Amino acid sequence: MADENVQQPQAPAATEGGGSPRPQGGRPPRSGPGGGPGGPRGDRKYFRRKKVCKFCTEKIDAIDYKDYRLLGQFVAESGRIVPRRLSGVCTPHQRRLSRAIKQARNIALLPFASASRP
Amino acid sequence: MQRTYELMFILRPDMTDEDVDKVVATVDHQITSAGGTVKSVDKMGKRRLAYLVRNFADGLYILVTIEGPGSAISEVERRLRVTEPVIKFITVRVDEEQKRLTKVKAIRDSRRRGQGTHAQAAAAEAAQTAEPAAEAPAQA
Repeated sequence: MADENVQQPQAPAATEGGGSPRPQGGRPPRSGPGGGPGGPRGDRKYFRRKKVCKFCTEKIDAIDYKDYRLLGQFVAESGRIVPRRLSGVCTPHQRRLSRAIKQARNIALLPFASASRP
Repeated sequence: MQRTYELMFILRPDMTDEDVDKVVATVDHQITSAGGTVKSVDKMGKRRLAYLVRNFADGLYILVTIEGPGSAISEVERRLRVTEPVIKFITVRVDEEQKRLTKVKAIRDSRRRGQGTHAQAAAAEAAQTAEPAAEAPAQA
């Protein structure tokens, strides 16, 4: 949920940049089949950014349960752990991340499911 | 078997500083009498809890780093459970993770050192090329 909110502001910027040259056929041919000029599928391709693991790129080794600010980025507003397919975190890091989030929940640094308090 | 643990516990928010110190001192004493040693005590201060615990919305977080056997931990946890001002606690074993971290760091450092020698070699080369240039005006 939170992840979608984060990505939306970036997506329009991407379509603005790539939108104008598309009718002249300036796009690489690999996106040609399926998505015609201005077609809905051609637009959707731009939404899909290559997601990279935050922990790998920023070289964060320690995923600590005390670091609730970091963990909070991977917890949806409802309190659920954001799945890998949305956050782009790699498998080894997601494993450690989910463990840290569960420890943080245990000590009331992070909420369990849907927060009862606003 | 000596292991490193982190014990984090939450005290009720309406405690005075002296009471907090007293509780920390007793926990400290319990750890040492159970065969462990206290490495550090960190009072992290008052923080809003993510959910209500015993009808408290805030809590005083305290982090204690312990070195000792697992039996000491179970004893300390048993005592914390019956300590009234402690509303929540968690013990996490950290030595395995620290070992892994130092390993990762060592690998990364050795890689960086590899790059460093390259940089030094480049710097030395640059100095050699600069030297003749500096000598040339002196001869002329």
